[in-house]
Amino acid sequence: MSRRTVEYTLSTPGLNAQGEVEQIPLGILKDTQEYKIPGEFDEGFGSEHMLINIGPQHPATHGVLRLVIELDGETVIRVIPHIGYLHSGFEKLGEYRQYNQIIPLTDRTDYLSPMANNVGFALAVEKLMGLEITERCEVLRVIACELSRIISHLVWLGTTGIDLGAYTPFLWSFQERERVYNLQEAWTGARLTTSVTRVGGMMADVPTGWTDALREFCRTFPSTLKEVDTMFTRNAVWCGRTQDVGAMSREDAINYSLSGPMLRASGVDYDVRKDRPYLGYETYDFDVPIGEHGDIYDRYRVRLEEMWQANRILEQALERLEKLKGAPINVSDPRVILPPKSRAMSDMEAMIFHFKQVMEGVKPPVGEAYMGVENPKGELGTYLVSDGTAKPVRWRIRPPSFINLAALPKMCEGALLSDVIAINASVDIVMGEIDR
Amino acid sequence: MSQLSSSVAALRTAFGDAVERALVSCGDSIVYVRPERVHDVLQWLKTEPGQTFDYLTDITAVEYRDPELLLEVVWQLRSLERKADLRVKAALDKQAPLEVRSVYDLWRGADWLEREVFDMFGVVFTGHPDLRRILMWETYAEGYPLRKDFPLRGHFSRAEQTRQALAASPETHYSLTELSIASAYHELPKDMRERLRRGERGFLK
Amino acid sequence: MGLKEQEARAEEQQFTTVSTVSPNWVTTRLDFLVNWARKNSLWPMPFGTACCAIEYMATAASRFDIARFGMERQSFSPRQADVLICAGRLPFKLAPVIRRIWDQMPQPKWSISMGACASSGGIFDNYAMVQGIDTIIPVDVYVPGCPPRPEGLMYGIRLLQKKIEGESITDDDLREEHLVSPSGLFLPAARVDELSEPFGNSVHQTRNA
Repeated sequence: MSRRTVEYTLSTPGLNAQGEVEQIPLGILKDTQEYKIPGEFDEGFGSEHMLINIGPQHPATHGVLRLVIELDGETVIRVIPHIGYLHSGFEKLGEYRQYNQIIPLTDRTDYLSPMANNVGFALAVEKLMGLEITERCEVLRVIACELSRIISHLVWLGTTGIDLGAYTPFLWSFQERERVYNLQEAWTGARLTTSVTRVGGMMADVPTGWTDALREFCRTFPSTLKEVDTMFTRNAVWCGRTQDVGAMSREDAINYSLSGPMLRASGVDYDVRKDRPYLGYETYDFDVPIGEHGDIYDRYRVRLEEMWQANRILEQALERLEKLKGAPINVSDPRVILPPKSRAMSDMEAMIFHFKQVMEGVKPPVGEAYMGVENPKGELGTYLVSDGTAKPVRWRIRPPSFINLAALPKMCEGALLSDVIAINASVDIVMGEIDR
Repeated sequence: MSQLSSSVAALRTAFGDAVERALVSCGDSIVYVRPERVHDVLQWLKTEPGQTFDYLTDITAVEYRDPELLLEVVWQLRSLERKADLRVKAALDKQAPLEVRSVYDLWRGADWLEREVFDMFGVVFTGHPDLRRILMWETYAEGYPLRKDFPLRGHFSRAEQTRQALAASPETHYSLTELSIASAYHELPKDMRERLRRGERGFLK
Repeated sequence: MGLKEQEARAEEQQFTTVSTVSPNWVTTRLDFLVNWARKNSLWPMPFGTACCAIEYMATAASRFDIARFGMERQSFSPRQADVLICAGRLPFKLAPVIRRIWDQMPQPKWSISMGACASSGGIFDNYAMVQGIDTIIPVDVYVPGCPPRPEGLMYGIRLLQKKIEGESITDDDLREEHLVSPSGLFLPAARVDELSEPFGNSVHQTRNA
């Protein structure tokens, strides 16, 4: 294989398209046309500032995130996050996979709430195709989303506790997650990489006894939430470390395109489930917690309350599921949903449909669609562009954590070093989604 | 069937022929704008009293499989108070340098979103203060991954990719912002210091 | 491939290495003791990247608990770690990082490649993903799964313990430090390409339409 030699140069910020300086980087004297770097910087500046590197392998960065922090003693002057250490080429890979084959890929972006990603993607394809899913499918998907919300917030709780020095809630939250994992495994066969939806329906219906197990979970889960509440909400250490730390004002939160609990903690009343309802969320009775100060404490309260509300939605969804016992979970369109195996083996038409779907895949019409859903981390958007073939032209994931993390430098200005860890934890990032 | 957003008519009134065409796809309103007027259009959409698209949902780009079609940069806008969405697109000619003006000054959320579009497609956002690669490493030499002429497994052989990856030491990815902190600059290799002094940008040559 | 550090050092210092002693009753008893101590106190260096890291955390939590295998202290500093558990996919951007972490770990060290992506690139056969961390660092145990169940990871840890049981201090090739060659690669280039070739069904997965 021949070696390609490529000349490359480093990028320099603060230059415009013509190569002229637009922003003078700190400490570099602009002397008419030339920089005066070597030799050295001007003395009044920066020689007492320290540059430290956190990550990419670090227990407190919640994945492979690299933070380069400029410190003046203990105070942070600037934080520069570096991402891309988990870039897996999802969007490129999606262009080489059929729509149903992309669903397992969606599990692996936000791996803390896999079922919610599956639902988000399936809804986007169904919007592209103009499909109406069945009522039982909607209820099952609401259950999937809310269970994902609970497990994602539990991870957030556990890992934030560890970052701030409280180890025990990590064990509590993972114990609760094990109970949800049992439910996920019974339904989909996998604890984490669920792939529970298909275009036009679900992978399978819930097995018998599953609803009883979920009801039992909903009955006992609030006791864990109460324990966490007792431990943290009025805890002097917790309040001292989280109140007035990492605050984002309302205007900044909107300008930085934050979403999810980050946005709501800053006082913006925006929840995709209420403002652009999907899956029948407008018919469920639930509240959306809104914060006031936008600091870490508010984000904690918002997420804790969201878990309570998710539990509430689950109970309502369970009632509906009971009423819809025996209803179909898939649309009855044979071009989209595989026919039952018994029919595929006996009926010629069904066999042909089966063959075409498996070999060629589901083919949406030419067009494009953007579908935003309220993931636990924020608004997960899926933008699909189709050219009529079985593989998308473009699959874009609008990652909530990516956009939320971009506000980290703003939130950390003037904070202490230990606050940076706390603020990073409060953003609730998952690197799989950020780097895709 | 959904209707075209009212913003489109208002745009046509305000900008005339800068608005190329508009359509509805799967319930979403899409308006195509001339690339050189994009910033004005987006600023108007953000600040105009009847529009107030104060929330930037997403910036991305689409390249079609058909080589005749142009490369489109897509801005997904939202007005929180009016509960309205709008998709604005600018079609860029693939034969010319891919450039469009940055909206960093309108929405700070555009910062990383534009860096990602630059990294994956090679679209330069003029006026962006720090347009570096974000997902791939800075000295990544294979190209712009999401372009259609970029093969799935990359141009180079696996051994070559591994070799280049192992050679890209993490510390040398510091940007000039980070290097303005004195001590880091001195640890850099000499040729990198030279390049920084000359103020060069990181593009694939 | 790697350099023989032990030989180079021995030449410099000119002392008799243990390997010139042939295995006998004393060395086997010593082996038993040393290996027993090592295998029951493996401190993991959790190099967790993606979904497997969450399953690793679940394994470390109270339900499955790897502390009972001696992995009580998760050592996030490589200097104090015994086994590097690469849990999750490894993109090319992260390759120099894991190489550096591996180099920083002192001997004796082992590595577990947890999950399909760390073992072979998994479902990500594309421009961004390392097709198996064994192209970058030596791997002792591969744990398949996407992600592997905690029981699977524990089985992998037990296998590693069995492997350690079988080690001997009279084997001088064993604790050899595998450095990258001057070309910058850990394995020969042809071998990296051979390991990374798609096979079976995945040959067709690169079609665009």
